[in-house]
Amino acid sequence: MSSSAGAKGAPIKSTGLHIGEPAPGVKKVDPIIVADNITRSFGGLTAVQVEHLEIPRGAITALIGPNGAGKTTLFNLLTGFDKPDTGEWTFDGQGISGIPAFKVARKGQVRTFQLTKALSLLTVLDNMKLGAKGQSGESLARALFPWIWRKQEAEIEARAIDLLTRFKLDAKKDDYAASLSGGQRKLLEMARALMSQPSLVMLDEPMAGVNPALTQSLLDHILNLKTEGMTVLFVEHDMHMVRHIADWVVVMAEGRVVAEGDPHEVMANPAVIDAYLGSHHDEDLGDLDTGVMTAIKELADDDADQEKN
Amino acid sequence: MIDWILLFSNAAQEIISPTTAAYALAALGLAIHFGFTGLLNFGQAGFMMLGAYGFAIATLTFGWPVWAAILMGVGAAIVFALILGIPTLRLRADYLAIVTIAAAEIIRLLFTTNTFESVTGSADGLQGYKGGFEALNPLLLFFDEKDLLGFGPWVYNPYDWWVRIFGWGLVAIAAFITWRLFKSPWGRVIKGIREDEDAVRALGKNVYFYKMQSLVIGGVFGALAGMVFILPRAVVPSNYQTSLTFFIYAILLLGGAATVFGPIIGSVIFWVLLSFFSGFIARAVEVGWLPFLTNVQAGQLRFILVGVAIMLIVIYRPQGIFGNKKELAFVK
Repeated sequence: MSSSAGAKGAPIKSTGLHIGEPAPGVKKVDPIIVADNITRSFGGLTAVQVEHLEIPRGAITALIGPNGAGKTTLFNLLTGFDKPDTGEWTFDGQGISGIPAFKVARKGQVRTFQLTKALSLLTVLDNMKLGAKGQSGESLARALFPWIWRKQEAEIEARAIDLLTRFKLDAKKDDYAASLSGGQRKLLEMARALMSQPSLVMLDEPMAGVNPALTQSLLDHILNLKTEGMTVLFVEHDMHMVRHIADWVVVMAEGRVVAEGDPHEVMANPAVIDAYLGSHHDEDLGDLDTGVMTAIKELADDDADQEKN
Repeated sequence: MIDWILLFSNAAQEIISPTTAAYALAALGLAIHFGFTGLLNFGQAGFMMLGAYGFAIATLTFGWPVWAAILMGVGAAIVFALILGIPTLRLRADYLAIVTIAAAEIIRLLFTTNTFESVTGSADGLQGYKGGFEALNPLLLFFDEKDLLGFGPWVYNPYDWWVRIFGWGLVAIAAFITWRLFKSPWGRVIKGIREDEDAVRALGKNVYFYKMQSLVIGGVFGALAGMVFILPRAVVPSNYQTSLTFFIYAILLLGGAATVFGPIIGSVIFWVLLSFFSGFIARAVEVGWLPFLTNVQAGQLRFILVGVAIMLIVIYRPQGIFGNKKELAFVK
C-alpha cells in the first residue's frame, strides 16, 4: 500500500509548525484557526469539548479519532453548520464564532461533506460555476439583465473549465453531476470548493467510498492545494493517507483533543492508542466496531512495513 | 344525438379562456416554488385568494383605482409569503407544506365568516369591482361594447377580449421573467438549493434569502392569477378550496415541473380535456348512453376522468410534457 508514496516520492512535509512540546492545544507559529472552549452537547452527551486548538496555516492538518469522537461535529461547528453551546474561535484573526455557514464560506473557509453533495440535476459545469464568489448575476434584480453579468459569467466559465481540466472532468462538463461515479463526485465537490478561491479547505472524509484507482489522484490534488498556498484540514479514517500527506495530526476522542503532533510521533503516542483501544479494553475484541478494528490493523500493518524497510 | 361540433367548439374556447390563463399563471408560480426551488407550497390557492380579494376589496371598500388595487393584491401576497416563509424556510421542506396548506384554509375561512361580511361579502363573496378595469379597455376605442369580435368558436364582446388579452399578456410577461431568471446565475443558485441546500450554503450563498425570494415571486404570480381568475366571474370563497391547489399541481406535473412552458401548455390541456369530458358526459347522459348515471353524478365523473388521465401521465410520462427525460433517469 505504501507503494504510492514510493512511486511519486514522499511529499514534502511542512515542519516547525508548533511552539514548544507537541501536546493537546499546543501553540502554533502561524495559526489560521484559533479555537477556545468549544463545547457542544446533544441531550446528555457532550459531543465536543475542546479547550484550545490551533490549526497551522499553509499546512495539511488531519483530524483523526475513533467513531463518535466528535470530529464531524467539530467540523460542523467551525463551518457554521451547527451552533456551539459555548466557545469562541477566530479564522484569519477575525472572530467567526456563531455566524451562519454561508458567511463563513464567504470569508474563505470552504468545506466538503462526508456524504458527497454533488448537485445531481445540475450539469458538472453549473456545479462548478455555482462555487464562484461575488457573482453579480446572483442578485435577483440584476439576474433579469444578462448584459450586466455576461462578462463575469464568461470569466467564471473559463476558470471552471480550467479547474475541470486539472481534475480531468472536462469531458464531462455538460453531463448531469448525477451521472458521475462516486470518486468523480468527490473530485467535483473539491473542484467546486476551489472555485471560491478559499484560503482554508476543510475536507470531511475525502477518501470515503473512493475507488482505489482514484485515491492517488485525490491525494495529489490535496497536496497541490498546499503547494498553491492553501491550508487544508481534513477528517479521515484512512491511516495511510494521514501518514502520507498530513503535516500535523490532531487526535480526538470522546469530544476532546487527546494528542497533537506530526503523524509518526502521534501514532506512537500512548494517548492515541488509548483513544482507539482504551475505552474498549474490558471488552472482547470481537465486539469492537469495524472502524476501530480496521484502524488498528492498518496501524499494525504500517509499522510492520516500516520495520521491513 | 350528440352535437360534436358544439362539444369541440366549447373545448376549443378553453384554449384562450381567462380561467386557463389564470391557472397557467398560478402554475407558473408553483413551478418556481416546487419545480425550480423545491419548496412544497400547498397553499397556492391562498395566494390566489389574496390577489382576488385584495383587488376586489381595494376597489369596492377603498374605492382605489385599478393600478392601486392590483398593487394591493400583490402586496398582500408578498406579506403572506413573508409570514409563511420567515418561520418555516429555515426548517425542512415538509414544514412549509404543512404551514401553507393550513394558512390557505385559514384565509379562506376568514373570508367566509360572517364577522367581516361588510368587507368580504362572506360566503356570497364580492362583485361589481370590474368598472375600473372595463374602462381601461383599449378595444372600446375601435368597437362598441356590444360588438361581437373574433372567428370560429372564439367570438366574444370587447370586454371578454380585453380580459383574455390582459390575462394572457400577464402570462407572457411572467413566462419571460421566469425564463430569464432561470437562465441566470440567480436561477443556478435556486436550482442548486433544490438539489441540496447545505452544499449551496457551504459555497457561501444565503440559502434562506434565496428561498424567500422564490416564495415571494411565485406567490406574486399566484396573486396575479387570482386577479385574472375573478375578471370573468365574481369573487366567491368556495372557489379557493384546497382542491384548487391540487388542480394547479396536476397542471404543473402534466406540463413538466421545472419548465417554463410546461405550466402554460399544461393548463391549456387540462382545461380543454375538462371541458370536453364534462360536455361529453352531460350529453351522453341526456341521450341515454350512460343509463346508470344521473346528471349530478355525471358532473362529478369528469373529475374522475381527469384524475385517471393525470395518473396515466404521471406513470407513463413522469417528467411531464416538456420535462427532460434525462433528468428523470437519476431521480433520487
